[in-house]
Amino acid sequence: MKRVYVNEKWCLGCHLCEYQCAFAGTNGKDMARSLKNIKINPKIKIEEKDGVSFAVSCRHCHEPLCVKGCITGAFSVSGGVITIDHNRCVSCYTCILSCPYGAISPSDDGAVQKCELCVKTIKGTPACVEGCPNGAIVFEERG
Amino acid sequence: MAVNFLYPDYEVARNYDRCISCRACERQCANKVHEYIEDLNKMVCDDAKCVDCHRCVSLCPTRALKIIESGNTYKKNLNWTGKTINELYRQASSGGVLLSSMGNPEDYPVYFDKILINASQVTNPSIDPLREPMETKVFLGTKPEDIERDEKGRIINNLPPQISLSMPVMFSAMSYGSISYNAHESLARAAEKLGILYNTGEGGLHEDFYRYGKNTIVQVASGRFGVHPEYLNSGVAIEIKMGQGAKPGIGGHLPGAKISVDVSRTRMIPEGSDAISPAPHHDIYSIEDLRQLVFSLKEATDYKKPVIVKIAAVHNVAAIASGIARSGADIIAIDGFRGGTGAAPTRMRDHVGIPIELALAGVDKRLRDEGIRGNVSLVVGGSIRSSADIVKAVALGADCVYIATAALLALGCHLCRSCQGGKCNWGIATQVPELVKRLNPEIGYKRLVNLMTAWQHEIKEMMGGMGINSIESLRGNRLMLRGVGLNEKELEILGIKHAGE
Amino acid sequence: MKYVIIGNSAAGIGAVEGIRQVDGKGEITLISNEPYHTYSRPLISYLLLGKVTEEKMKYRSDDFYEKNKVRFLHATATGVDAKEKQVVLDGGERIPFDKLLVATGSSAFVPPFEGLDSVKDKFTFMCLDDAQNLDKALGKDKRVLIIGAGLIGLKCAEGILKKVANITVIDLAPRILSSILNDEGAGIVQRHLERKGIKFRPSCGVKSFNGNTAVLDDDEKIGFDILVLAVGVRPNTALLNGIAKIERGIVVNEKSETSAPDIYAAGDCTQTVDVSSGQNKIMALLPNAYMQGESAGFSMAGSEKSFAKAIPMNAIGFFGLHVITAGNYTGDVYSKTAGNDYKRLFYSDNKLNGYILIGDVEKAGIYTSLIRERTPLDKIDFALVCEKPGLMAFTKEERAAKLS
Repeated sequence: MKRVYVNEKWCLGCHLCEYQCAFAGTNGKDMARSLKNIKINPKIKIEEKDGVSFAVSCRHCHEPLCVKGCITGAFSVSGGVITIDHNRCVSCYTCILSCPYGAISPSDDGAVQKCELCVKTIKGTPACVEGCPNGAIVFEERG
Repeated sequence: MAVNFLYPDYEVARNYDRCISCRACERQCANKVHEYIEDLNKMVCDDAKCVDCHRCVSLCPTRALKIIESGNTYKKNLNWTGKTINELYRQASSGGVLLSSMGNPEDYPVYFDKILINASQVTNPSIDPLREPMETKVFLGTKPEDIERDEKGRIINNLPPQISLSMPVMFSAMSYGSISYNAHESLARAAEKLGILYNTGEGGLHEDFYRYGKNTIVQVASGRFGVHPEYLNSGVAIEIKMGQGAKPGIGGHLPGAKISVDVSRTRMIPEGSDAISPAPHHDIYSIEDLRQLVFSLKEATDYKKPVIVKIAAVHNVAAIASGIARSGADIIAIDGFRGGTGAAPTRMRDHVGIPIELALAGVDKRLRDEGIRGNVSLVVGGSIRSSADIVKAVALGADCVYIATAALLALGCHLCRSCQGGKCNWGIATQVPELVKRLNPEIGYKRLVNLMTAWQHEIKEMMGGMGINSIESLRGNRLMLRGVGLNEKELEILGIKHAGE
Repeated sequence: MKYVIIGNSAAGIGAVEGIRQVDGKGEITLISNEPYHTYSRPLISYLLLGKVTEEKMKYRSDDFYEKNKVRFLHATATGVDAKEKQVVLDGGERIPFDKLLVATGSSAFVPPFEGLDSVKDKFTFMCLDDAQNLDKALGKDKRVLIIGAGLIGLKCAEGILKKVANITVIDLAPRILSSILNDEGAGIVQRHLERKGIKFRPSCGVKSFNGNTAVLDDDEKIGFDILVLAVGVRPNTALLNGIAKIERGIVVNEKSETSAPDIYAAGDCTQTVDVSSGQNKIMALLPNAYMQGESAGFSMAGSEKSFAKAIPMNAIGFFGLHVITAGNYTGDVYSKTAGNDYKRLFYSDNKLNGYILIGDVEKAGIYTSLIRERTPLDKIDFALVCEKPGLMAFTKEERAAKLS
């Protein structure tokens, strides 16, 4: 399956992926309108220090500790894509405890959130990939 | 602090209805124009630092930014223009030579824009390039005068070394140092993909790029930076740089700040030292001296590689070219006065040299008149902006063109002409690692390939229109050109008729 | 192949999903002593809180058994005939198996308090029935006494606080959540709970009960209407008495095999190696139970999926205050306290042993992974990771491997 991969060599630390991610989550038509005066809470996040930066988002692991550890069964895997049923999540944070990438975070709707490869929003190429100005985030099939 | 007489050249116009304070502009501006004010959750700008490179404009995800030329003007004066006054103030404050970069932007005639191309109607029908083969391949190098045969009548291969190009375009010299590693990689990979050549410039060849040798011209300039036998043998041709269109008559100066570890290794000079290319080659004061260097280089490369001599288009360019054509050189490259540079004194860039169109026409005619046109191929550069310019250049007598500014534009350059500052926001004319990484060669080389592919299509369209199916048949075919708004003298030099004639 | 699974919670479900990844055909019989569709036990406090409904408590979708071709049997297994390879049910029926999984979980431990019989409204808090029974007894005028300030007791308190007059929690230990928190951390959580209105009596035992009165060790008397017993849990190991090796829990290896052939065990009824300390422990945690069950499923179906990286770990929250802990708390300590955020990391011999995070729990999994993988700390920027968990602390190569 196609996954999002990042290459820190090309990451500029511009954080646009975070904004594209947040925008995709709003299902809005115009980013200016959707994100004006909003503190974004994206599912992809940049780590940066001393000129090094890279984006981190859900790896959609083959052995997903979040799915296995979820106490409510809110996580599920479909076609390799791990998604969260926000209605079933009780925000116990067992997944945050489990994820070795730190890719799961509290959402604004009381559940937890993580990258779902935009399958619920724009579908197709994820927003972060489309919005990366330097090819540092790619969406491709790898072994 | 003394009063700064200068008013900012540009204003950053931010549409606060659209700005979401994502700070991408702030993070992407090496000139530190933008700043986020946390208390206000608001972006602010220092217009004075803006160089109009459009990096922020391009990356702003909500299109909240635009850069406008500063509306403020000095009291109107068609003699003492605002630009002239500003330059004067700058020098009065610094005492220094004004520096500029990229090509001459001033209002001199662009002859390419006063020349129009022919097309077939009724007779000599035009050709549809989508249905019929159309050849854009060219070979550069000395062509033998005669066909030689051995005693049994078999043809002796007396063909001197040739460069083969899929289309009559090469990326002209830009040194590693003046442009970044990633820019070089983009050019090299694109050249490989396209079947054309790029040029190392005078900074030597980074060890990583030896693998693109089949698509490389290695340059030898007055500073001789990075020149060694392996280097000379790594490419398919060697170029002796005598001059550059942007700054004829002077050398180059790459400041020590740009001599990073890698650049110093490649140039074979100490890290941090200034790289100064002398104005002349100190061993060349005549065509005979040039001939010595040409043959030294041929000797060093076993006579397997054509030698290019590159000169700036200056007043007596035709006579100089004539000499070069007799020096043993295989190719003459002529760089017109619009040619680009990473840094040049403003006055040199803007006031020295002649237009490439006139130089090319003059040189081609002179060599033909002297019967030595076959001694050399002609490559012209200095602001080839489109496929139409290429077609016109070829029809005026060029075998091939050099492009550089156009290639950099494809890589993201916005012609802000601030290369000399070393803080290129597009990762091209800089050695700052955080800026260099902004140019991803994976993206860059594809854009170059796209541009050249598009131009090749257009060249074929225009050739087809003229009923010509091989670019070789267009070379020097000045009947395919007509001038508009040119005087008799200009038409005479260009060797073309006026439209309507 | 006939698979029989005793237990309908995380380990049992994990086993079903494990088996079905390997063997799509074998017959699976799942025996549950509860009549319900599989549900998440930790959610019972959320049910009382009103945050979930019984419908939403379902651990897997309604078509789970059908989709996985599982025969669901509501019965209580009373014994295992290892020789005949049969499970004996309370009705006397015998269910034959080729491979058996014991995923019986644990039960509330109720100490033999004097006078406990005299208490009318007394409850344990382990399963859905417990929660429903307790819920019926609740009322705005009811005083609740909870014995045990562990995870169960406190989640119960959170769940019912709004529905009762008051709650007092007493525990023999000097601090709350004594199995997962240190004194300081427990203090933070306790003060938070006290601000919400829960009263605590640490270091305190009950001598006896007399109707609606508990007599404490110091002879003080506390009146109550409802008693919740959350002293602790005991693994349900009885089925394998005399059949497989049992210590504190049923002893299993990485493949979830017991000492008896073709009999497997997983979940809260087992003991496994805690890789953070190397000790054998009962780690009664849902994620571990699921993964151990899945591992058992693989083994039962003739494949293998090692479950070897278990550590104690807990993510728990009370009224919006989140606590995440893992591993053990030995070795040197990195401390950081900022506002309401509390962090302690415990490390020795170049390894991270455990951590406590209260408040800010962002990217806690990075720490969990360092413990689980026994990552040598000199191979990462430990100072950085202490300050801020993230992949930045790893080397460029390591990061590239993780993110590619």
